[in-house]
Amino acid sequence: MEGLDRKLGVFSALPIFIVLAITFLAPLFVVAAFSIMPAKVFSLANVPDFSAYATFLQQGYWKSLAWSLGMAFASTLLLFIVCWPLAYGMAKVFGKFTLVVTIAVVVSLFVSENIRLFGWVLTLMKGGLIAGYLEAWFGVEMESPLYTVPIIVFGLVYVYFPFMLFPLAQGIAMVPDDARQAAADLGASRWRILWEIDLPLAAPGIVVGSLLSFVLAAGALAESKLLGGQAVIVFADEIETAFTYGQNWPLGSALSMVLILIVGSLAIVGVSKIDLDAIMGRKR
Amino acid sequence: METGRTTRIVLYAYGVLAICFLYLPLVSVGFASVSQARYLSFPIRRYTIEWYGEALDSHTVSSLLTTSFTIAVIVTVISLVVGFFGALAFARYQWRYRNLFQKFILLPIFFPQAVLGLALLIWFNSVGIIPSWKTAIVAHLVWISPITTLIIAIRAYAFDASLEEAARDMGASTWTVLKEVTFPLLLPGVVAAGLFAFLLSWGNFPLSLFTTGVDSTLPEWLYAKMVSGYSPLVPTLGMLSVLASLAILFAAFLVLILAKSFKQARGTE
Repeated sequence: MEGLDRKLGVFSALPIFIVLAITFLAPLFVVAAFSIMPAKVFSLANVPDFSAYATFLQQGYWKSLAWSLGMAFASTLLLFIVCWPLAYGMAKVFGKFTLVVTIAVVVSLFVSENIRLFGWVLTLMKGGLIAGYLEAWFGVEMESPLYTVPIIVFGLVYVYFPFMLFPLAQGIAMVPDDARQAAADLGASRWRILWEIDLPLAAPGIVVGSLLSFVLAAGALAESKLLGGQAVIVFADEIETAFTYGQNWPLGSALSMVLILIVGSLAIVGVSKIDLDAIMGRKR
Repeated sequence: METGRTTRIVLYAYGVLAICFLYLPLVSVGFASVSQARYLSFPIRRYTIEWYGEALDSHTVSSLLTTSFTIAVIVTVISLVVGFFGALAFARYQWRYRNLFQKFILLPIFFPQAVLGLALLIWFNSVGIIPSWKTAIVAHLVWISPITTLIIAIRAYAFDASLEEAARDMGASTWTVLKEVTFPLLLPGVVAAGLFAFLLSWGNFPLSLFTTGVDSTLPEWLYAKMVSGYSPLVPTLGMLSVLASLAILFAAFLVLILAKSFKQARGTE
């Protein structure tokens, strides 16, 4: 059987490998190649120079990179705090209600993120759902929180909620109840159990959830455009501008490469931490 | 360890609250879609469904719906085929590079979609392909085919390889085994994956944004309207998109229940 398995494995891996080679590897390769071309060329048949990277350093693009990474970090931290109790409930307490939460969260993913973010604009804007009813019912006037940096972070937390919640719940489910029981019997306080049992044993889930939310948030675009107005220009926005209005593919590519290198190395760490066979339940 | 009663109540309340919070923006969109005023402000004074009528009559809207639908159908078919075989390579067969393959499949999910979309745009342009709704299909596959693979793989992990071996011992060819044993066993996973593929493609925004050229999908068109100013058609079309997804989900559940009762009826004969 072994030889057959080996052959079938390679053959069945082939179709998706081809799809991902065309849709994933090739674009990354082209972007990498364009990033070392001289400014404003549209073909790869030029003498490479690294001027686009110099532009990145000189023209203050690192500022928007810092904003993007900073907001991604803040939203990841908030997501961890917000998701932990819910993930704990899903893994250890809820029973059947876990299924309800799971379905509700997954179904929300089927709604375009821009429609959901637009919904927040309608909810939070001046005369929006919250401000409008507060004024009509209680006569309280409320400043709209839109078009600020915190609201962008809020948007990131909202959109990437499932990407933290599910890995975290998976991680907590792997903490054996016996270990918690033993710690409690020996007189450990609730916080001590959290600190010395739950967090270390759920670490794989924490790492995967955090990396996933951070990476996706670092390249996010819609949150800052829809909720943030022009409060801050995020890095993905700069990349878009370079490619579209700027018509400067090498610059856009160099900016993409900077993000891809950061994101890619984190992604590889994340992916290598996931033991898929263990998570998805191999029974042999 | 028993969780205290108060903690349990607090956790349940938190769960309910989180779900409400998740759907609150859609409540606003829903209200906005039935407000008569051209410039929205809450509380809504007059309700109307005329925007829905206008949306459904509009030529733009029907072409947007057709584009989104066509893309979603083709993406679903392709991602199911590659996902089916991918899942077997992922979970079922023991082969040399299986571990590496598993990680490779996961990698695109760990990439920001807007950046992938831009990279795809440059890639299409540099080989001389003019972006259109067809290139959007290629773009959607980068994120959706790993997801179908993973979903079908969950099913493939659970299945008993000895069933395949038994069929082979009785002289079935590799193709017959695949058709008569493997496929029926993985079918529930394939159905779930198909549902995910269709709905995620239907609602996808960041990958479509840069890869559709002059064509436009529904989420993308909505985004263009959102950043350029308010139009009552935006919440209406947003709601229509959500309702379409819900209808498909509902239909899928119905089919599932019917199939189950059909099976039971046959079983009792």
